[in-house]
Amino acid sequence: MTIDESSMWVYLSASPLLHLTITVTLFVLARLLYRKMGQRAWLNPVLLTVLVIVALLTWTNTSYEVYFEGAQFVHFLLGPATVALAVPLYRQIALVKRYPVALMASIFTGSTVAMISAVAIAKLGDVSEQTLISIAPKSITTPVAMGISEQLGGLPSLTAVLVILTGILGAAMGPWLLDKLRVTNSVAQGLAMGVASHGIGTGRAVYMSDVAAAFAGLAMGLNALITAVLVPVLWHWLM
Amino acid sequence: MLEAIAVLLVCQLIGELVVVGLGIPLPGPVIGMAILFFGLMIYGKVPESLGNISKGILDQLSLLFVPAGVGVMTHLTLLGEEWIPITTSLVISTLVTLGLTGVMMQKLVVRTDNATINTTSIPNKKKGGDHDD
Repeated sequence: MTIDESSMWVYLSASPLLHLTITVTLFVLARLLYRKMGQRAWLNPVLLTVLVIVALLTWTNTSYEVYFEGAQFVHFLLGPATVALAVPLYRQIALVKRYPVALMASIFTGSTVAMISAVAIAKLGDVSEQTLISIAPKSITTPVAMGISEQLGGLPSLTAVLVILTGILGAAMGPWLLDKLRVTNSVAQGLAMGVASHGIGTGRAVYMSDVAAAFAGLAMGLNALITAVLVPVLWHWLM
Repeated sequence: MLEAIAVLLVCQLIGELVVVGLGIPLPGPVIGMAILFFGLMIYGKVPESLGNISKGILDQLSLLFVPAGVGVMTHLTLLGEEWIPITTSLVISTLVTLGLTGVMMQKLVVRTDNATINTTSIPNKKKGGDHDD
């Protein structure tokens, strides 16, 4: 009996199937909990799943490399998914025609300020260069942010976590701050949410108004494109 | 359906080749996204199968961050040392970005609307508060 159990564990832990199954199943459970609890931003399913898996791996003394052998099949889809972001961006691009100059100027400003302020403040705290690179793309959508971080020599996994935390912060504080600053225009509200806190902010903007949600989505997409071009350029200037 | 998958993969592959070939410091899939975006602009519409595949994959997008996110376990020491400046940076930078973008856009939108008053009907719902969920 004990021999069977241990050989089964040896078999399972050596197969990529175990960690692939854990990744997908725990995420499905976390998302179920998130939906049941009324979609609270702080119950973000990605963060929750990451925390539980990190705890599990630490507890079973499993290395990240072993885990990744299974999880890589999910990870691989990130590339095609990033390409697919072009489709919603294309569908939203007609919105640009309403306020072409205002939109481009605001998104460009927001995008630049998000990066420069994040890097400048972190630099005051004397963090490592890897952390600086990892924090720079914090306001853009996770797949693009991770790609930029990796490309510049940052830590994509740290970036993933920081991007999601930024989204949660923006979703939680955005409506309150915009109200304090008397930003009552729905276009401006949506744009601010999308530029500062990507998909999670856009998800929150859905509760503000349809106009806000549409412009948040547009802002998120354009911000990703602008930041992708700006980060490598700004990088040399900031360092 | 397979055509759409092929389109996504080809765009990504071209993106990766451009990055390596020209030495551009950008992720290959982001170039792939730009290629597909301009392709759609030229084509003028989203083919149905591409629309379906994209929706299918993007609806599950957040699952795809989990494997990389778990990688943070290899940087726990770093996080332990730097969590204060990191958190400060995230909070202040997010607030500044939100506020500045919102105020700037509102000023510009009001100016644009005043300039083009009554030429087009803009369905712009203005309201002070928001629905708290």
